Amino acid sequence: MNSTPTVLTTNAIDQSEVFRVDVTGPRSAAAQGQKPITTARPTVAKQATGEVTHPVKIRTKNVDFFYGDNQVLFDVSLDIPEKSVTAFIGPSGCGKSTFLRMLNRMNDIIDGTRHTGDVLLEGSDVYDSSVDVVLLRKRVGMVFQKSTPFPKSIFDNIAYGPKVAGLRNKAKLNEIVETSLKRAALWDEVKDRLNSSAMALSGGQQQRLCIARTLATDPDVILMDEPASALDPASTARVEDLIFELKKNYTIVIVTHNMQQAARVSQRTAFFFQGVLVETGDTRALFTNPTEKQTEDYITGRFG
Amino acid sequence: MSDQQIEYAAILKRRHRISTCFEWVCRIATGSALLFLAVLLAGVIWQAWGWLDTQFLTGFDSRRPGKAGLLAGLWGTSWLIFFTAIFTVPMGVGAAVYLEEYATDNRFTRLIKLNLSNLAGVPSIVYGMLGVTAFVRMFGMISAADGWTLAVSLGIGTLEIPLPLGRCLLAGSFTLSLLILPVVIIASQEALRAVPPSIRHASYALGATEWQTIRHQVLPAAVPGIATGIILALSRAMGETAPLIVVGAMSYVAFAPGNLDTPMAAVQDPQRVLDAPFDVFTSITIQITNWIEQPKEEFQNLAAAGSLVLLILLVIFNATAIVIRNRAQKKISW
Repeated sequence: MNSTPTVLTTNAIDQSEVFRVDVTGPRSAAAQGQKPITTARPTVAKQATGEVTHPVKIRTKNVDFFYGDNQVLFDVSLDIPEKSVTAFIGPSGCGKSTFLRMLNRMNDIIDGTRHTGDVLLEGSDVYDSSVDVVLLRKRVGMVFQKSTPFPKSIFDNIAYGPKVAGLRNKAKLNEIVETSLKRAALWDEVKDRLNSSAMALSGGQQQRLCIARTLATDPDVILMDEPASALDPASTARVEDLIFELKKNYTIVIVTHNMQQAARVSQRTAFFFQGVLVETGDTRALFTNPTEKQTEDYITGRFG
Repeated sequence: MSDQQIEYAAILKRRHRISTCFEWVCRIATGSALLFLAVLLAGVIWQAWGWLDTQFLTGFDSRRPGKAGLLAGLWGTSWLIFFTAIFTVPMGVGAAVYLEEYATDNRFTRLIKLNLSNLAGVPSIVYGMLGVTAFVRMFGMISAADGWTLAVSLGIGTLEIPLPLGRCLLAGSFTLSLLILPVVIIASQEALRAVPPSIRHASYALGATEWQTIRHQVLPAAVPGIATGIILALSRAMGETAPLIVVGAMSYVAFAPGNLDTPMAAVQDPQRVLDAPFDVFTSITIQITNWIEQPKEEFQNLAAAGSLVLLILLVIFNATAIVIRNRAQKKISW
């Protein structure tokens, strides 16, 4: 599970800052009480303790965000490591979803929003005027809270991303649909009815379809906005297992209201409160030994 | 039973009585509406009985009631609605897509939206006046006396466009288009608004452009609503009389626009098709109005027969719309 060494893909990453993230598994009891380590450290592919170092994939610096005159994010600086799961937790309206939607510029769709600060994907600003937002969203895919299958066939749902990007080759499309569905652990359930409507799938299947659809565009990063909050426990478990599998190849950022879920699936957790990033660190450390009072109050259920 | 329970029981009876009363008020309202409709239909059919025959459908108007027919009106209305649809659909749907999907919400777009609702309520005769000024006279930029003809040579014949347009069929269609455009835009806007935003977001998140999102997700989902709006608006245009009178439809014409009186003639002599839009015209509604004004008793029967034809056409029109809508809806089930 943790044997693959992390490959540094780009020199745009500041090599001096590297995360050490526990990848021993969501349900493993190892490494309890570990402190987050964010100090400068040379890149090492694999360490004896079962930790793999992860370069920074997304870095935000001093991000403020406004809906009109209403400021919803205050000076958020956060590093998101590559090929691991980062969870955003916090009470409703704390700005975690807004922050998530900044990472692939989905907030652009809403009129009257603006921001200050930088959002760097592999070192380059996603809000730079030279960035094509269509290309950005292909690289940084998104799965929403409510599953949103298009009223089309299962095949057409998966093939939509590659098709709008210009892929016409039928054989290639077939291949992408099959791989994506397999990666999303949905292939066996739907392989005999690819041409029937996606709306006929169950809620859990629809959400995995949406994940498969995102995978089909071949992204680096997958943003998930409460992907399991509308699902029953069994479907939630399947989606969580899927997230755990996917982090081997993708950088995943997940917003969740469910703290157990954050603890189960993520390696790093960021706690937001009233638009401020209160605390961030290794998930286990944050949950067992938070440094901030507000974090402790929230995870122990004293509010939110 | 406590006092409170006794009081409750007493009031309960009254509550049930009021409920029953209201049900009957609604029944009477529905019933009387149906009754009026039935009486109206029966009256029209009674008057039209024996007059709605092949002669009526294939003959032109005549001073003698026995020989008078609706053919000029049938062709006129068909052409009018055909051109009205051609102008209205792209303009109306395009404007709605722009307003809903592209335009940002600012004072200017809000002003446009507000005025659309106002325009939808403007009496049709006002549009008739506008049509005369804008299309028939073309704001007097070219005086009718020294008007000239723009000839465009096409493979199948010559398109002769008179400038100013004058009292031609195309001017009538332009006027009807103006009349129903606000209705089409508003109906299309509502259909577009009914498409869940989550579908758009999902499409954008997969790296689709705005056009791809509109083309592949939004429009297919909005087609049933847009189609309904267009059909209702065109039905209204079909029944209009006042603006056509103002624009200068002929009350008595004994030929079809462009002399095109059978579909076969279009194949045999394509030039007639090119002439039709610029010819003088009449419509079913104008013919009905004309007949009602005639002193001879038999013309009243002809008017009834004409009304019946118009009603049948409208029913066919709306039925087609419902079929199209249901087909489109079947493909999209949320």
